[in-house]
Amino acid sequence: MSNSELFTSSIAKKYVMALTGLFLISFLVIHCTINSLIFVNDGGETFNEAAHFMSHNIVIRILEVGLFFGLVLHMVQSLILTLKNRKARPVAYAVAPSNESSKWYARSMGILGSLLLLFLVVHMSNFWVPTKQAVFADLEHNSFEAMKTVFAEWYFVAIYLVGVGSLSYHLMHGFQSAFQSLGLNHKKYTPVIKTVGFWFSIIVPAIFAAMPLAIYLGVIE
Amino acid sequence: MSGNMNLTLKVWRQKNAEQKGELVTYPVANISPDMSFLEMFDVLNEQLITEGKEPVAFDHDCREGICGMCSMHINGRAHGPNNGVTTCQLHMRSFNDGDTIVVEPWRAAAFPVVKDLVVDRSSFDRIIAKGGYISVNTGNAQDANNLPVPKVDADKAFEAAACIGCGACVATCKNASAMLFVSAKVSQLALLPQGKVEATERVQNMVRQMDLEGFGNCTNTGACEVECPKGKIILFSENFFSEMRRNFFLK
Repeated sequence: MSNSELFTSSIAKKYVMALTGLFLISFLVIHCTINSLIFVNDGGETFNEAAHFMSHNIVIRILEVGLFFGLVLHMVQSLILTLKNRKARPVAYAVAPSNESSKWYARSMGILGSLLLLFLVVHMSNFWVPTKQAVFADLEHNSFEAMKTVFAEWYFVAIYLVGVGSLSYHLMHGFQSAFQSLGLNHKKYTPVIKTVGFWFSIIVPAIFAAMPLAIYLGVIE
Repeated sequence: MSGNMNLTLKVWRQKNAEQKGELVTYPVANISPDMSFLEMFDVLNEQLITEGKEPVAFDHDCREGICGMCSMHINGRAHGPNNGVTTCQLHMRSFNDGDTIVVEPWRAAAFPVVKDLVVDRSSFDRIIAKGGYISVNTGNAQDANNLPVPKVDADKAFEAAACIGCGACVATCKNASAMLFVSAKVSQLALLPQGKVEATERVQNMVRQMDLEGFGNCTNTGACEVECPKGKIILFSENFFSEMRRNFFLK
């Protein structure tokens, strides 16, 4: 095998999808943990401390660049794969296959991913851009106050709920599919991975969804 | 005869690979529930010949469910509504009097339509030619237990070897991916000591050809398993995929 096939082969492309996907999942764990600190309900003191650490720590900063490249790679690769898949069946069936083996979300990863991308544009402009501006201007940024401002608007809350909903379904297939794409299949461990993946894709988005809701409803002040 | 059926068929007619095709409606009468689906098509063709029309071209050979030649997409399902059988082993008792049945060829860029319901599946042959074999003579059959093979591996290899290369997996996959076919052909050899030696090169060469032929990518939805006429492959399909994916990067 030539080295270039490490990137061009269909199997290798799916490896890239899986590895970047799992990397993004690991980011979700960190993101969710840090943000859950708002539930301490101490006026955002603990949360802001953690946010300050995350935005000033050099290791985290380097990982952030890696995260950005991982995300871009995940998107570009999925686009290339989807286009190739479309080309593989130029004439559609008059009666479409029944698809009884899979759920709709497993067949809609591209649409769910696109929704997530749209959500990310809103999300980054809400929080990431202001934080960066503050860091570069050497100002202290109150992330908790920023959250309270954004989530005071019902339409932002709605957008965030749709966003984490898409995330949930995207993970529901993506989590276990990543292991399968890496060739990690085992009689004993695959059912464990599937169960963990199912609960991960419910619990993590649920915690994320609770944040805008709790702030909007005034549970957290 | 009582219990016989009158049906409406909508069959894909296409003169050749270049021209566009369309669904054409044909009524067929007095179909026995004991007929196989292909025998019902024989009746239709007799009828068309009598009327001075061109009979429908369709692939078939053994009509015993073992050769993998028949390839009809019936009412949105490869090989029709029953699980674990090829089109020739689908019988008309699976349908009801008055049914409308839509019959299409396998749809995939890598399986171009030759005529009507006949598709060119030589892309599979070209994949096999790239390594779906052992390249040295492995000699006569060994004495029992001379080459120890774990029972589990022997069983899996045997199930993989049950693949008849009909292409139903490609036909039903939303991405027209050939992963089930290729992984079965890889696993039937890679799981056994004689085939293990060349496992990685075999996977790489076969996957290279699979990509060249224009098959799509596997998105792990498992659609192929449902339509495979050799039911037992599905027990291990995820295993076969893994066998293939793991071997890919070993060298």
